Amino acid sequence: MFQAFFVDPFVMIYDAPLFFVEVLVSGLMAGVMYALVALGFVLIYKASGVFNFAQGAMVLFAALTFVGLWELGVNPWLALILAALVMIGVAFTIERVVLRPLVNQDPIIFFMATIGITYFLDGFGQTIWGSEVRPLDIGIPNEPFMDLAEMTGLYINKFDVFSAVVCSLLVALLAGFFTKTKIGRALRAVADDHQAALSVGIPLKTIWTIVWSVAGIVGLAAGILWGSKLGVQFTLALIAFKALPVLILGGFTSIPGAIIGGLIIGSGEKIAEVYWGEAMGGAIEDWFAYVVALIFLLFRPQGLFGEKIIERV
Amino acid sequence: MTETARIDKKLDTIPKLLLDHARRRGNSPANRHKDLGFWQSWTWSEVAEEVRNLACGLAKLGFKRGDKLAVIGDNRPRLYWSMVAAQALGGIPVPLYQDSVAEEMVYVLENSDAKFAIVQNQEQTDKLLEIKDRLPHLEYICYEEPRGMRDYTQEFVFYYKDVQQTGRAFHGENPDYFLQELEQGQGSDISIFLYTSGTTGKPKGVVLTADNLIITARNSIDFDNLTSDEEVLAYLPMAWVGDNIFSLAQAYVIGFCVNCPENPETVMTDLKEIGPTYYFAPPAIYETVLTKVMIRMEDAGKIKRSMFNYFMELAKSVGIRILDGKAVSFSEKLLYSIGQILVYGPLRNNLGLSRTRLAYTAGEAIGPEIFEFFRSLGINIKQLYGQTEASVFICAQPDGQVKADTVGTAYPGVELRLADNNEVFYRSPGVFHSYYKNPESTADTKDAEGWVATGDAGFFDEDGHLKIIDRAKDVGRMTDGSMFAPKYIENKLKFFPFIKEAVAFGDEKDYATAFICIDIEAVGNWAERRNLAYSGYTDLSARDEVYDLLQECVESVNADLARDEKLSGSQIKRYLLLHKELDADDGELTRTRKVRRRIVAEKYAVLITALDDPQQTHCEIDSQMTFEDGRTGNVHADLQIRESVRIKSHVHTLAA
Amino acid sequence: MERKIGETLLSVDHISLSFGGVKALTDISFSIREKEVFAIIGPNGAGKTSMLNVINGFYHPQEGEITYKGVHRKQMRSHEAAVQGIARTFQNVALFKGMSTLDNIMTGRIIRMKRNLFWQAMYLGPARKEEMENREFVEDIIDFLEIQAIRRTPVGRLPYGLQKRVELGRALAMEPELLLLDEPMAGMNIEEKQDMCRFILDVNDQYGTTIALIEHDMGVVMDISDRVVVLDYGKKLADGSPDEVRANQDVIDAYLGVPH
Repeated sequence: MFQAFFVDPFVMIYDAPLFFVEVLVSGLMAGVMYALVALGFVLIYKASGVFNFAQGAMVLFAALTFVGLWELGVNPWLALILAALVMIGVAFTIERVVLRPLVNQDPIIFFMATIGITYFLDGFGQTIWGSEVRPLDIGIPNEPFMDLAEMTGLYINKFDVFSAVVCSLLVALLAGFFTKTKIGRALRAVADDHQAALSVGIPLKTIWTIVWSVAGIVGLAAGILWGSKLGVQFTLALIAFKALPVLILGGFTSIPGAIIGGLIIGSGEKIAEVYWGEAMGGAIEDWFAYVVALIFLLFRPQGLFGEKIIERV
Repeated sequence: MTETARIDKKLDTIPKLLLDHARRRGNSPANRHKDLGFWQSWTWSEVAEEVRNLACGLAKLGFKRGDKLAVIGDNRPRLYWSMVAAQALGGIPVPLYQDSVAEEMVYVLENSDAKFAIVQNQEQTDKLLEIKDRLPHLEYICYEEPRGMRDYTQEFVFYYKDVQQTGRAFHGENPDYFLQELEQGQGSDISIFLYTSGTTGKPKGVVLTADNLIITARNSIDFDNLTSDEEVLAYLPMAWVGDNIFSLAQAYVIGFCVNCPENPETVMTDLKEIGPTYYFAPPAIYETVLTKVMIRMEDAGKIKRSMFNYFMELAKSVGIRILDGKAVSFSEKLLYSIGQILVYGPLRNNLGLSRTRLAYTAGEAIGPEIFEFFRSLGINIKQLYGQTEASVFICAQPDGQVKADTVGTAYPGVELRLADNNEVFYRSPGVFHSYYKNPESTADTKDAEGWVATGDAGFFDEDGHLKIIDRAKDVGRMTDGSMFAPKYIENKLKFFPFIKEAVAFGDEKDYATAFICIDIEAVGNWAERRNLAYSGYTDLSARDEVYDLLQECVESVNADLARDEKLSGSQIKRYLLLHKELDADDGELTRTRKVRRRIVAEKYAVLITALDDPQQTHCEIDSQMTFEDGRTGNVHADLQIRESVRIKSHVHTLAA
Repeated sequence: MERKIGETLLSVDHISLSFGGVKALTDISFSIREKEVFAIIGPNGAGKTSMLNVINGFYHPQEGEITYKGVHRKQMRSHEAAVQGIARTFQNVALFKGMSTLDNIMTGRIIRMKRNLFWQAMYLGPARKEEMENREFVEDIIDFLEIQAIRRTPVGRLPYGLQKRVELGRALAMEPELLLLDEPMAGMNIEEKQDMCRFILDVNDQYGTTIALIEHDMGVVMDISDRVVVLDYGKKLADGSPDEVRANQDVIDAYLGVPH
């Protein structure tokens, strides 16, 4: 027992360091994609204090719309733009129909409302686009870089690298947008104090629409990337649940937290699965993240980067 | 260009130096000032033009050779330019301390016959308007910042830029005027009046010539290898002689850039943004910085704190040796460079000292641990000893010969002499011309051969470094003839964090004694750590444990004193811990927290008597004190008197 | 200098406001003229803050009419109020605590920035230029309020008095025509109060901003206000110059006579 937990895994790592690097890299790549989903949550939580249960449904809906349009013969780039526009439309509708009537309600009411949105989007998406699994091939081969493999013996998957690059670009763009621009400043203002934001004339509703739109577009990116890995299907919505431990680790309000949390969870669960999986009876990838999250809740409830939760009198 | 080509080869005045730089490094920055959130900068040629326009504007208003120009405000490029403009016209700038109240300004303005005043802002203008009736010589006031000045319609109040505007027109009509006036200047001209805030009586106007400032500046540039690439932050009062050397004379001689902070509150931020290579601060500022760092480290996480402690300990031995050019082993060097990345670099950057090659302190004794801290970070902090009357420099520490308790050796060009009573005398190219309109004081201070009395007592240590121990008039003799320098002893005591104040007695006594006031915060912390309960200051001071703690401090001061032959006799034999803090509200301290020796001696006469009587082991006292809420009351205490071990100095042993 | 008090800038007529069954304001009328310093005073619970909230559109009165710059309205909307030049501060300071002083004040410029989302997202060309112009405007305010030293400090870390000053700065950044100050001096020490008085008068004088302030400190109000309205239990007791109000018997009975 002791041997299996504390000796064998390290011996394995020591014996085949390249393999360890491969595991780590593939874990990190998966982590980037978790981060992308988590990002959608963080954006909305920061701006409105709402935990958007529907983020997963938005991912699925966005991916379905993109694949559906493509299958209808629309040029994929156009389909991408159209799908983004649809997500903006969704944001507008949600703000109008759901958020606006609920202004000044408790966060829990908002949370319930987002559960409603989840069911609606799931159902609506499948009604329009059908419920079968759709394969999605965006033309990035799911194979390692052969040159690299020949030179170093290291197998790094092209698709993983591609998705990592896309995610990094998106994150950089968002970070710049939220720190440098007036909209970003307005968004942070709204997140900080609603009433003060109103008093300086920040249109709350516009900000909400923008944030939900951005979350929708981030969802679209996540949906396409995950969709090409797993196929576009109902399980995509469940990826949102993987984002939960990421959020707990990184803190609900921190964009860098979402990224680093994603990387830790992604690489952690892969390494745990490969090296400790057997000792623990296999398939620990499925629950590893939640256990980490649980431990964090016990010792650092605000997450790695979240604001300390201190009730001031 | 034609202007500059014609100037005198001999660069013996500040304005001539300005034109020379405008010609040679016209596009290099000469001044920067942070204004409205951004650093504005001026090149040497821009400064030359600004100064010319201002000078011409002043001339147009009637400013003549020999006229005095008062300058009042925070460090601002335009105020420095005002001084140079006045000098260009053969006038004399008189900078005043900007935080003086109007009443305090009357004397200086009147004594100096200031005819013009250039001030920073509305606040300073208001002060001058308040006293203008009493200043018959003051004709014009010119302000630099227009804010709030809209409603000032007096015909003698001008906006700086308007004066320059007039000057530009004047220059157009009289293109030769400025240069002609400037060329008439020579090294023997009076360059500036600097009023010293005398501890007693009226301030005295120290008259310095262009030669005084420029020759001194040249010597100091050679001494410390200053170059035109230095960056300095001008943040100490313009009326202080040091600022005139560091931010004006040196900058104009060698041509480096002087940066002015946005305002006095932003100095720390501005320091970080500028990153001066050359820096001066009084000991109090270094002390504040160190305290801040220590407090931040107390609050830091465990890992960070232990990393900090480890590397600071390393730096204390290695960093200082590297700085002094002494041998360091390879592994030490390696560790130090790791520390550089992890601790020293980030810390220096945070303090705004990342580029600081040379730092000076002066004016007060500096605690050895403060000194050590900065040196171990690789900041070459040195002490200097100076006076307004000397154009700053009398002594300074050459590189590689730096000690916490001396002020170094005689500065280049300076001759030093000690009188029988150990008073320090000097003679140098920087020696002042005279005190303005005060021949008696001039004669008292400077003799016919040019020797100046500093009023400070000191002696040379074994390496020929001067040690300043006290004001000469405060230095006493003990009955056995050994020297007694109270402030020197008190400072040594106060360097211990546990000691807030100390008062030493010994003049005409058989042995030296002292009152010590504990630092309630430091000792309180210490007590808490060892679970020592106490009810307040009086209680804590009376504890045996605390006496034991302080005993160590006193005895280590004694050991220190024993090392100096002359001071060995003044080791503390008996001391007590005072039952209350010395307080300005009780008249025991001045408002600037200096001990009022005489009042303390009177008030606690009974304690002194007890200290002087070797038989007494304790003494009762009733004294009045002011509580924090302003009430006064009587405190009764029974104070323990302790004897401390005195060490025989080896010199004495030999003699015996 | 003589300040030129002009035409009516804002008038409220027969305003009544209630929450559920509770009457907060009953039939309040008064008017504020251009460039004057106008004070709303009254004991705690008199409805002063409610009155400000009505003016800047946080509360919507059930009855009455608000006339601002000649336009009659049944109620104000907060966004519209901001765009139309009504800025305010809050009794308990409502700043964006996580943001720096500079960013807080910059938020006051949001309604004055014209470039659209696209340019903002690119942060290029005109948007960048506009950002710089607005930064300069804000730097003038920072200079005016003498808060250069805290430009980059997160406001949550500032002492209360400075927070109030930053909040005033944020309101000023909106280039308001009417500045509503909810107890600007509350919780300050004497020196801070004096500073704040000076800033209020300077704003009024230099920018010609009309100021309506609520204040508990009677002394201060009487010193700096041109006119005063007194509320008590949501009703208007009196209005007029400070001297007139001081002499009004109802006021003396209801407010001044009662030790607070």
